[in-house]
Amino acid sequence: MSAPRATRTTALPAGAWWLWALGLATAASRTTDPLLLGLLVGVAGYVVAARRTEAPWARSYGAFVKLGLVVIAVRLVFAFFLGSPIPGTHTLVTLPEVPLPDWAKGVRIGGRVTAEGMVFALYDGLKLATLLICVGAANALAHPARLLKSLPGALYEVGVAVVVAMTFAPNLVADVQRLRAARRLRGRPDRGLPALLQVGMPVLEGALERSVALAAAMDARGYGRSADVPRAVRHTTSVLTLGGLLGVCAGTYGLLGEAGGGYGLPLLLAGLAAALGGLWLGGRRSVRSRYRPERWGVRAWLVAGSGIAVAALMIWANSYAPTALHPPAVPLTAPVLPLWPAVSVLVGLLPAFVAPLPPGGDRADRTASRGRGRAVDVDPRAKEPTP
Amino acid sequence: MIRFEQVSVTYGDATAPAVQGIDLTVPEGELCLLVGPSGVGKSTVLNAVCGLVPHFTGGTLRGRVTVDGRDTRTHKPRELADVVGTVGQDPLAHFVTDTVEDELAYGMESLGLAPDVMRRRVEETLDLLGLAELRDRALATLSGGQRQRVAIGAVLTTHPKVLVLDEPTSALDPAAAEDVLSVLQRLVHDLGTTVLLAEHRLERVVQYADQVILLPSPGAAPVMGAPADVMAVSPVHPPVVALGRLAHWSPLPLSVRDARRKAAALRTRLTGVTPPAPGAGQAVGGTGTGPGAASSVPAPRGDAVPDGIAAAVSGLGVRRGRTEVLHGVELTVRRGETLALMGRNGAGKSTLLSTLVGMHPPAAGSVRVGGVTPHRTGPRALLRHVGLVPQEPRDLLYADTVAAECTTADQDAGAPAGSCRAQVARLLPDVPDSVHPRDLSEGQRLALALAVVLTARPPLLLLDEPTRGLDYAAKARLIEVLRALAAEGHAIILATHDVELAAELAHRVVILADGEIVADGPTDEVVVSSPSFAPQVAKVLAPLPWLTVPQVADALEATA
Repeated sequence: MSAPRATRTTALPAGAWWLWALGLATAASRTTDPLLLGLLVGVAGYVVAARRTEAPWARSYGAFVKLGLVVIAVRLVFAFFLGSPIPGTHTLVTLPEVPLPDWAKGVRIGGRVTAEGMVFALYDGLKLATLLICVGAANALAHPARLLKSLPGALYEVGVAVVVAMTFAPNLVADVQRLRAARRLRGRPDRGLPALLQVGMPVLEGALERSVALAAAMDARGYGRSADVPRAVRHTTSVLTLGGLLGVCAGTYGLLGEAGGGYGLPLLLAGLAAALGGLWLGGRRSVRSRYRPERWGVRAWLVAGSGIAVAALMIWANSYAPTALHPPAVPLTAPVLPLWPAVSVLVGLLPAFVAPLPPGGDRADRTASRGRGRAVDVDPRAKEPTP
Repeated sequence: MIRFEQVSVTYGDATAPAVQGIDLTVPEGELCLLVGPSGVGKSTVLNAVCGLVPHFTGGTLRGRVTVDGRDTRTHKPRELADVVGTVGQDPLAHFVTDTVEDELAYGMESLGLAPDVMRRRVEETLDLLGLAELRDRALATLSGGQRQRVAIGAVLTTHPKVLVLDEPTSALDPAAAEDVLSVLQRLVHDLGTTVLLAEHRLERVVQYADQVILLPSPGAAPVMGAPADVMAVSPVHPPVVALGRLAHWSPLPLSVRDARRKAAALRTRLTGVTPPAPGAGQAVGGTGTGPGAASSVPAPRGDAVPDGIAAAVSGLGVRRGRTEVLHGVELTVRRGETLALMGRNGAGKSTLLSTLVGMHPPAAGSVRVGGVTPHRTGPRALLRHVGLVPQEPRDLLYADTVAAECTTADQDAGAPAGSCRAQVARLLPDVPDSVHPRDLSEGQRLALALAVVLTARPPLLLLDEPTRGLDYAAKARLIEVLRALAAEGHAIILATHDVELAAELAHRVVILADGEIVADGPTDEVVVSSPSFAPQVAKVLAPLPWLTVPQVADALEATA
């Protein structure tokens, strides 16, 4: 039952990874226990380390971790200077308080900084950071562009636009670098803001030209071919989509407002159904087919299921151990690691064992064979000289 | 298969049609080559076949273009996608997806083919083009030749009857170009695909063509015929044809093999004659008046001027990330010397040039350019020591008229007003001040960028792939200009795939492979012995050390 190597046939659908990560994120949103949150981060990190590819986006995990740390820091700085609504008795320092006019009542700058307030802010920041890190894990394991490929036919063209836009960003960066280098050749400084601003125009011109070239190439390769659809079906599609969207709007308004409690939910559901019907019918205009779509196999279900299980178990734990999941900041107590919720978080480790091994994932083996000085099968991508 | 009936195309508000009077038929299963100087409308003709003219570009098309019986006036490009496959000049700019396999499938997905058909055709195409090893690779990591093959494969999967290619080998090194051409050969021979391609590098393609369509000048009616007949009258022709015309061989040879069979007499006549030193300017094809008359300048010798060293590189290593791009490079360039830097795509040629202008700090060794260390010198000061014309000359041009460009160039270089304009007048006699640099032809833009760089009078001049997109006339002008500059004492380094250019111009050739110098010596010694870097004349006349047609022409005149 050891995991196979990931090829195009065995690769997991992007959706499975995102469900798993969203499951972990949901679990994180249900607790403020720093130990449990730390455990969740550890689980996500371990799975990423075990199963990420060598694609450029797989490195984004580190960036998300850093972003999480920044979030915690910002939260703490705010709590330090702006005070916190948590009453506390352990005063750390007392800052001079800025007197504010009457209309700014409720806002405080400076004043007493309590240990309880800081701890509360830390827990809160940690929760947010964990959410971010879970999203980062999904991002590292499955590029969001791959998710777009599973869009229904009617939304396909939107998906392509997003994918094309995403590949344009790196091109734009390369253009800026090239043109800044070219400024050096004209004897102008290549660093600093003016240099960046002056290459703006040529970069935009280049981007525009590239988009026109790409559009021509896509057109010549059949992008936007559509099937002949009877008039009646076309009109039904428009009516369903428009009507559905109106229904969704009205239903949401009803749900949020006070008066429409009765009709809100049914209207929302009917609108949603109509809009989905419209999308489905709209898909008939598109003649496209899908080449080797990713399949939901047992392993995909296990990965997605483990995430969902973590979320469900954590929600359930909220009913039997609410205090353990939310350690109070007042009075200050050391957080404990509740046994059963911790075990349920560990369920999220399942993908590290069942998900297919990415190619090049045996980094340890490769380094070992290099150490022994054996002939290495050189990855043609890396132009490093072999030792 | 492709029929043009009295076609003329006029773009937007242009006064004259871009092409007119085109009336021709390309039969099924032929490899048809479209040739002509720059700006005669080759791209317009190609785009008219796939329907991008006029549907995408705008403009007015008169007459009729039909492809496999479908009229392009009533069929949009996307409706022709199953009969015409189009491969553009820069494949990377036309890729829609990010991996090889997805790119191959993209066209079929658009046509809505059944999944099992798609799967089978992708596998067949991977084998046909030798791409099976690359199937999971990201497109951005491929080399130039691999990209071009993927681009061809991506349009082949829809089984088009016609394949249209715009300069498929221009950007490739000689070996990669051979790969791409053999794929095209195979398509024509085995699958009966009709191929229409435009190419400036005729020495690479003309021997494979079944038919040649010549657009002799803008607005002139095309000439179509067998390659040998058309080449006899064509203003653009490869060196082997020039040699054949010179020696009055009939029928004209198109390949080195044909020429060698006919060349026995010429070889005996030339035995015993010593060719003039390579690079020391012989006149080019009869246009050798003006700056080209530098023929009396001998190739500089190492001991001529003791302090005449324009650049000295020793033990140079350059790293980009973890990759060592250059390793232990030793190179000295003297003033007045022209050096050609050759090697396959990715061998480190461009990196070496940019290290000489200080864009990459060396990881090991030292670089000295005219007494300064480039990466520690400010751009303004460095400008007086070394100038680089990048692969895309447009990167150097910011202003919206030629005149404004010249003014800023004078300011940048601290040169007296008008010096850049004087350079432009010398390199590009007939360009008005008010033209936008973007509207110039490739050759004119290169000349403008060269003028801008020369304004600061750098003793060392670097050119990265200067002949990309140039026709033979523009190339001949460039050769004259560079010879004159070398005669004035500039040291010139060219990074190029163009073996004919190197043979005409360079005193010395340096071949790079995997970041190391593998050959360094006088042009005739290095290139004659190399199968991929030898110019056509050298291949025809081997083992005699003749490199260019003008050399042979001079010798024949002298012995006549």
